[in-house]
Amino acid sequence: MEETNQNSQTFLDFNSDILKPNNENDLQEIIKYCYKKDLPIEIVGAGTKNQIGKKLQCAKILDMSNISGILEYKPEELYITVKAGTPVKTVQDELKKNNQYLAFEPINFSELFKTDSNEGTIGGTLSCNFSGSRRFKVGSARDHILGFKGYNGKGEKIKSGGTVVKNVTGYDLSKLVTGSFGTLLVLSEITLKVLPLQTDTKTIIVSGLALEHSLGIMVSAIASSNDPSGVVFYPANFRNNFVFNDLTHPGSITAIRVEGTKTSTEQRINNLIEDLSLIDKNITVLDSIQSEIFWEDTRNLKVFSKNQKNILRAVIPASETINLISRLKTFHPTYFIDWGGSLVWLELDYLSNQKIDQIRKRVLDIGGYLTVIKSPENLKSSSEIFTIDPIKFRISQGLKKSFDPKRIFNPGKMYTGI
Amino acid sequence: MTTLKMPKVDRKILKDKDQIVKDIYSFTNRKNVLFEREELKPYETDGLTAYKQTPMLVVLPETTQEVSKILSYCNRRKIKVVPRGAGTGLAGSALPLADCILLGLGKFNKILEKDYENRCVVAQPGVTNLAITHAVQDKGFYYAPDPSSQIACSIGGNVAENSGGVHSLKYGTTTNNILGIEIVLMDGTITRVGGKVFDSPGYDLLGLITGSEGLLCVITEVTVKILKKPGTVKAILLGFPTIEDGGNCVTKIISEGIIPSGMEMMDKVLLEATNNFSKAGYPLDAEGMLIVELDGTKSEVNELINKVAEIAKQNKCSSVKISKSDEERLKFWSGRKAAFPACGEMAPDYYCVDGTIPRGKLAKVLKEIRELSKKYKLPVANAFHAGDGNLHPIIMFDANDKKSLEKTEKFGADILKLCVKFGGVLSGEHGIGVEKRELMCEMFNNNDIQQQISIKNSLDPSSLLNPGKVYPILRKCAEEGRLHIHGRDKSKFSDIPRF
Repeated sequence: MEETNQNSQTFLDFNSDILKPNNENDLQEIIKYCYKKDLPIEIVGAGTKNQIGKKLQCAKILDMSNISGILEYKPEELYITVKAGTPVKTVQDELKKNNQYLAFEPINFSELFKTDSNEGTIGGTLSCNFSGSRRFKVGSARDHILGFKGYNGKGEKIKSGGTVVKNVTGYDLSKLVTGSFGTLLVLSEITLKVLPLQTDTKTIIVSGLALEHSLGIMVSAIASSNDPSGVVFYPANFRNNFVFNDLTHPGSITAIRVEGTKTSTEQRINNLIEDLSLIDKNITVLDSIQSEIFWEDTRNLKVFSKNQKNILRAVIPASETINLISRLKTFHPTYFIDWGGSLVWLELDYLSNQKIDQIRKRVLDIGGYLTVIKSPENLKSSSEIFTIDPIKFRISQGLKKSFDPKRIFNPGKMYTGI
Repeated sequence: MTTLKMPKVDRKILKDKDQIVKDIYSFTNRKNVLFEREELKPYETDGLTAYKQTPMLVVLPETTQEVSKILSYCNRRKIKVVPRGAGTGLAGSALPLADCILLGLGKFNKILEKDYENRCVVAQPGVTNLAITHAVQDKGFYYAPDPSSQIACSIGGNVAENSGGVHSLKYGTTTNNILGIEIVLMDGTITRVGGKVFDSPGYDLLGLITGSEGLLCVITEVTVKILKKPGTVKAILLGFPTIEDGGNCVTKIISEGIIPSGMEMMDKVLLEATNNFSKAGYPLDAEGMLIVELDGTKSEVNELINKVAEIAKQNKCSSVKISKSDEERLKFWSGRKAAFPACGEMAPDYYCVDGTIPRGKLAKVLKEIRELSKKYKLPVANAFHAGDGNLHPIIMFDANDKKSLEKTEKFGADILKLCVKFGGVLSGEHGIGVEKRELMCEMFNNNDIQQQISIKNSLDPSSLLNPGKVYPILRKCAEEGRLHIHGRDKSKFSDIPRF
């Protein structure tokens, strides 16, 4: 474990474009300096998700990678406190020693954006709030943050939450800063809930189902007491350019994951096969190791690893998935479906502002929201990346002002004017 | 009772009461506006009955549009508004102000939609927590957070207080179990946050509003997640010769990778009190007892419950009893659920504290509470949601003896300070309200509190929505009261389980 106090002397050169604090004193000095001088700052962890959101042109870059290290890990209390710039991998490796993990499966975007092969930092993961296939069962990153310390736009240190799961002591700012893309404050310390690793994982793969049939199975699986922890659909076209383990049956893939004790996973797999009438289908049951590979590939968006194009993310009510896919046919997207039908990842060869608007409208019409994950820079600057309505924009502006009155943190990263 | 400083009363508003009533008549049905003294009486307190204040008016709107018009009007006229659900809150978050309109959401009492495909229920805020589960249980679904007052507390109030229950470790609290809300801001703006989808684009307003105790907006609709009932549920009763042994067992169970759906500890005082009251069959030779509940598939539950029994034996447990039927499991819980009335049998008055501590600190905290009990010469019984660290000491006293009440309030404040000292927080599930307002500076410094207040200002610049709650008015830590139930028969909702 790293030292909790870095006593390195500060040699801050405020003239440099990249400001890299070595400790919290540096960090606070930098923010106070930028506040005083009205200098906008782009906050960067490992840079793996830097391309999501609008491109910033800030006077300074705040590189958080030296604010790193595990401060406190209490396996029996199910929490870990780390500095914001700590690599996700460092945390996961430490947790693994005690058979624990971050249950929300932080998404690794490094394959998609061709950044260095790492998983990013904890601060970046929380700031973006993208979570993996277990979302419908355990929640997302925002459900696993217990507390934080950070600096607001005036350079004042503030905190919220704590290390316990049950806490109603003031506004839950941990939730608010999660997913705020660094526009409200600079996180310095984060306490996360951790959970015991499940002793066994199994995955049923059903091959060759049509989308409609697959979705019926996905929804039924989640709505059963068999408690699946991942339900995903890959259409057949992915089989051409991406090999899933050593699956031999052709066609689309419907995958259902169960986790627990060995006796439990066996019983639940058998229940699912029976309840969902899968016995006469092309099914394969993946064991723990095979399952891990499959879900790791899903978590890392590996099907898009050859992508040079555009990636959109639509979160919708599961009941509307077929409707959405059919309404998007004119755009010829490649897609796969996660979260048991509630999350659709879309890949499009060609995208324009008009197309984004049209797709966003179709997603909004069915009660969902759309985020542009990857698109050419010229398009990003002229279109909305995140979904927002005028009322929420006004509320968000007020919140931004309450944390960062001079708009020095990642200004415009999420929305123009915020 | 300790006097409580509240925001300054606006005499001009009180003088204008007749005109205000007339104006409100144009927004809602006349019968929804209460202003006679006897009509206002039932609304003068919430579950924290030690504090009482008659509001200027009570308005019981029936639609979101009406709420919007009323708030917009109050915003223009600078009239304070206190929102109220079922009024079962234990921290005084719905305590009226003398010059306020108490906005009761009781008429928002309908379940609007049961959507099994998206596994959610859309309900108006006045629907009770338990009514949601009742509405979907025929299809095998339920709503997970289960505060003990679930028979009476409203889902809107649950969102405002981020209510928990005994299953929070495995299933989370309200904030982890809702998908969307419709809200009205103080200026009358109506908007929806979230929906039937996970997370939301932009800032997590749902997360901010949940647990904000009615200070940021009025909630007019809630969409909750529902879950399929687990196939099997079993409980095990474990007796321990010392609280320390019980605490060690809790730590060991979690270290072994088991996440029980519920894990409750009771100390000897409470064991004796509840066993006399409900005959739940608790081990009376034990200094501490754990109820551990597991749910899941049959084979998994059987496997894990035996594992828990093994762990308990290795941690010096003195008795083990596994439920053989659902009836027996419920009987195990019956004593625990009767903790309040059982304490009521033992003393004229009792006083419940709500704080959270790291699980591993239980033995140390209870030891200090016992020392405080000796210092204040007041008996205390302890109930502990061991799964999530939520501690509920129950102080027994006699309110007719003024000194006894004062001592009790000091004792309660000392316990909460202990929770913070050991790395915990001031409230696990009851909220801050007026009850713990002045203790906030035990946990937060001025920067922290000012940041939170500036969020409030951004949504309610004139501070008209539920002012005087959560954040200290005085800039010092006063030692004010905690939940004080005066005489079980005299207290409001005395038949509702409280924690």
